[in-house]
Parts: sequence; structure tokens; C-alpha cells
Amino acid sequence: MRLEGIGLGHRYGRGDWLFQGVNLSLATGEIVGLAGPSGSGKTTLGRILAGHERPLLGRVTLDGQPCPSKGYHPVQMVLQHPELAVNPRWRIRRVLEESWQPEPAVLEALGIEEQWLERKPVELSGGELQRICIARALGPGTRFLIADEMTTMLDAITQAQVWHAVLEVARARGLGLLVISHDRPLLGRLCQRVIDWEEQIQREYHSP
Amino acid sequence: MVPLLEVRNLQITFTRYTGGLRQHQIKVVDGVDLSVAAGEITAIIGASGSGKSLLAHAILGLLPGNAAMSGKIMYRGEELDARRQEALRGREIAYIPQAVTYLDPTMRVGRQVRLAAGGDRREAADKQRRAFRRYRLGEHVEKLYPFELSGGMARRVLVAAASVSDARLIIADEPTPGLPQAEVREALLQLRELADSGCGVLLITHDIQAALGVADRVVVFYAGSSVETAHAQDFSGDGHLLRHPYSRALWRALPENGFEVLPGAQPQPSDRLEGCLFAPRCAMATAACSKERPEMRHVRGGMVRCYHAT
Ligand code: SF4
Repeated sequence: MRLEGIGLGHRYGRGDWLFQGVNLSLATGEIVGLAGPSGSGKTTLGRILAGHERPLLGRVTLDGQPCPSKGYHPVQMVLQHPELAVNPRWRIRRVLEESWQPEPAVLEALGIEEQWLERKPVELSGGELQRICIARALGPGTRFLIADEMTTMLDAITQAQVWHAVLEVARARGLGLLVISHDRPLLGRLCQRVIDWEEQIQREYHSP
Repeated sequence: MVPLLEVRNLQITFTRYTGGLRQHQIKVVDGVDLSVAAGEITAIIGASGSGKSLLAHAILGLLPGNAAMSGKIMYRGEELDARRQEALRGREIAYIPQAVTYLDPTMRVGRQVRLAAGGDRREAADKQRRAFRRYRLGEHVEKLYPFELSGGMARRVLVAAASVSDARLIIADEPTPGLPQAEVREALLQLRELADSGCGVLLITHDIQAALGVADRVVVFYAGSSVETAHAQDFSGDGHLLRHPYSRALWRALPENGFEVLPGAQPQPSDRLEGCLFAPRCAMATAACSKERPEMRHVRGGMVRCYHAT
């Protein structure tokens, strides 16, 4: 399967364009990096690819078809701050099982312990909660995962643990990964190719 | 020479109430030893939940009421008790926190920086203007309230306040997460300048690479205790100059090094480990390691909390 963004452009209100004419293509089984400083519109691009937001310009397709507007979205996204991505009043079990029953193999690969499930989000560390968000994004219908600064807030050891687990699941299921990060060495470790975000937008601004 | 700041065997215990009036105590900081010298940046690194920010609050006297502290904090050779903390905070001891909530929300920021400068009004105003220029804060910013500032600007106001206050010791919490990289770099270079002008800086961060770029010494935290004090240059190559196995694992887990995984997780205070807090994950552990908590020892010009470090 191929996820494509064609001629994407977006801005909020009457503000400046965050980007225009962005083209991006990602196949299942591929791990692609998107590098650039934070605050430069990469998160918005991720949200558009995952269907959280509609682009003002261009379109997103899956194998050439528009993305499904109902039901489970095959493109899932994990963000930098897990504490903003979960309902603080729910127990972890409910957060996880909101839309399906996660496979035990996924939970195990991510090192999620049974006892975490009965806790509230505030009772988990940032690294633990981020694993929950990742497990939640790895539903059986997921074909692409967009990891937006997913491990930026974690220490190096937890970061390595989380990524090794995600790579294992991605390999086993043939997922496509788009890794958005400012951390070039990390992208170098993880990705088969890296797209330079600033180059992408520059090119568009200066092309006739 | 007496260090500017010295922390010896610091412990912090919180009392929490669970179900009715039942109390229980959890020790969240369990053995911190470190020092900060004038003219140097000492960086503290470690996972979240390792007690880094609590240390800052303990030094500043900002711990909540249900926290009890033991051990010693010495400032310029004398104990830093509550009375001195109150007298020095915001003057000789400046705080650059992670969150901008440390600014007074009801006061224009220019005035806050002038108050930090103290002394004669005209002189204070002069210092504030110069600091604003130096930290790229336009003249109009003087008149703004904290909520009108971007994260990066708020941080520069805090640095400006520290720079005019004749601070000798600066405690800086990690540059705001989500700040653009260029601003993070700028914030760190500003700390370096303050150190070069004679201040002692304690920088708390989880970003090893950022810390190594500016720090002289690095203190590694694990599970509420300081396990090593190293020179910044000890973090190089495969990490063999580092003294503690956790420091080495942290270094080797970086993507630019080995990206190596250390299995397991940091223990919780409720696990109440008797011996070395790292023993459950340590490949070098022996039976003795789990019996009694190791003390800080001097090894190769640094300090380490490990029986087997050489
Ligand atoms: S004291 Fe023992 S368990 Fe602790 S770090 Fe040293 S060798 Fe490992």
C-alpha cells in the first residue's frame, strides 16, 4: 500500500502559509524520516496525513484512492506529549481498549506491564504513558504510523527501548513509518531515507 | 577552595494520605551528593522521575509542605537554611525554571526585571534596558505582561532577570520542551556566558547532547540518587571513561553511539530496594551490591556510587 500527499498546502486562518506544494510518498514496509526544526509545520503535515485535519491545498491518497472518512483510519499518529493525548480521568485499560483489544504480543514487545492497566495516566511516567499511546496506535487496521517527535521527551535508554519495540512490530506487520524529528542521528539510525523538510518548503517557495 | 554550592546526602520524603487518614511516606530523593563551582556549569542528567527537578526546588526552598528533607545544602560554605534561602532567592540565587509560571502574572515584565536588579531606580532601569537589548527583547516588551509573551521570550526575560540580579548561583531547569532548536541553543549559550562571567550554574536537563555542549561537569541521576559526577569530556567514544554502569548505558543508548537497549526500568520508591538502586539492571552486580547502598566515592577525578567502579 502507498500513502501519498500530493501538492499539500496549509495555513491557519489568514496567517502565513506553513507550507505549500508539498509532495510525499511512503510505502508500507518503508521507514522514512522527516527532518527539520520544531515549530516549522511538520506536525500539521502529520495531522493531515493521519486525517485529523483537511489540507487547504492538495490531497492525501491511499493507493490512489481518497482515505476513508469513516471507521478506523489506517494512518495513525503518535505525538510528543502523551499526557495531552489521553483522557486523564480514564484508567489505562480504558484508554487502551477504547477502540479494540490490543494484541498481547504488541503489549509485550512494548514492555507494557499488566499492572499499569489499572492505573490512571498521572500514575505512569512519561515513557510508560508513551508506550500506551503507541500500543493504542498499533491497532490491527493500522498500515502507517506517523511518529511526531515521539521520543523527544524521553531519556536515551527509554528512547532506544521504545524504538526497538516499534521497529519490531513494524517489521512483523510490514507497516510504513514516517518519523518526524529534529534529531538527525536518530533519523539516521531508524530510517531508510530522510526528507529534509526545509528543503521541501524552500523549493516550493522559490520555484517559478 | 569552598565550592559555591555543595549538596551532601540529600534525601526528600513525601507524606501522602491514602484512604482516610492513613499516611504513608515515600522517599523520592534518596542520596544526592554534588557540588557547583563558580565559573562552571554543572549539568544534571537522567530519566524523568529521577528527582532532578526536586533537587532544584530543595535548593531554592520551594518544596511543598508535605516534603521533609534531610542531608545538607551548603552555599558558600554555610548551611543554606530556610531563612537564607528566602533572603537569597531571586537575588544571589536565581532560578530559570522550565515553566514561565515563575514570573509574576500581574506585573509588567520590565518592572519584574528592574526589581531583580534592585538598588537605585534609575540604575535599575538602565540595567533592565541593557539586559533587554542583550537578550533581543524589544523596548515594547517592557510593558507586556507574562501571558503576552511567547515561550522563548518569557525565557529570555527570566535570563535577563538573572543577569541583572548579581546572581552568583543560577539554577536552570531544562529549556522549555518544544522550544525551537535554535532557541534552545541560544538559551544554553546564554548560560555559558553567565558562567564565564563568574556565576556557578546548575543546569537540569534530560538532553545529554545539549548538556555536553556547554557543561564542565555532569552529574548523572538515577532513581532519585546521584550515581556519578563526571567531566563533560568523559562522555566520549564508547564511554569507557565513565565510572558508573548506568552512565555508560545512557551514553551508549544514544542514536549516535550504539542505540543500545538496557532492559528493565528505573525502580519506583515503593520498591524499597535495600542495596544499590541499579543492581536489578546491572551486569556487574554481585551479591554484596544488593545488601547495602553504596556511598559516593572519589574515582579518577570524579565521583561514583558503585562498589565495583574503577
Ligand atoms: S554497586 Fe553493584 S549493582 Fe550497583 S552499579 Fe555498582 S556494580 Fe552495579
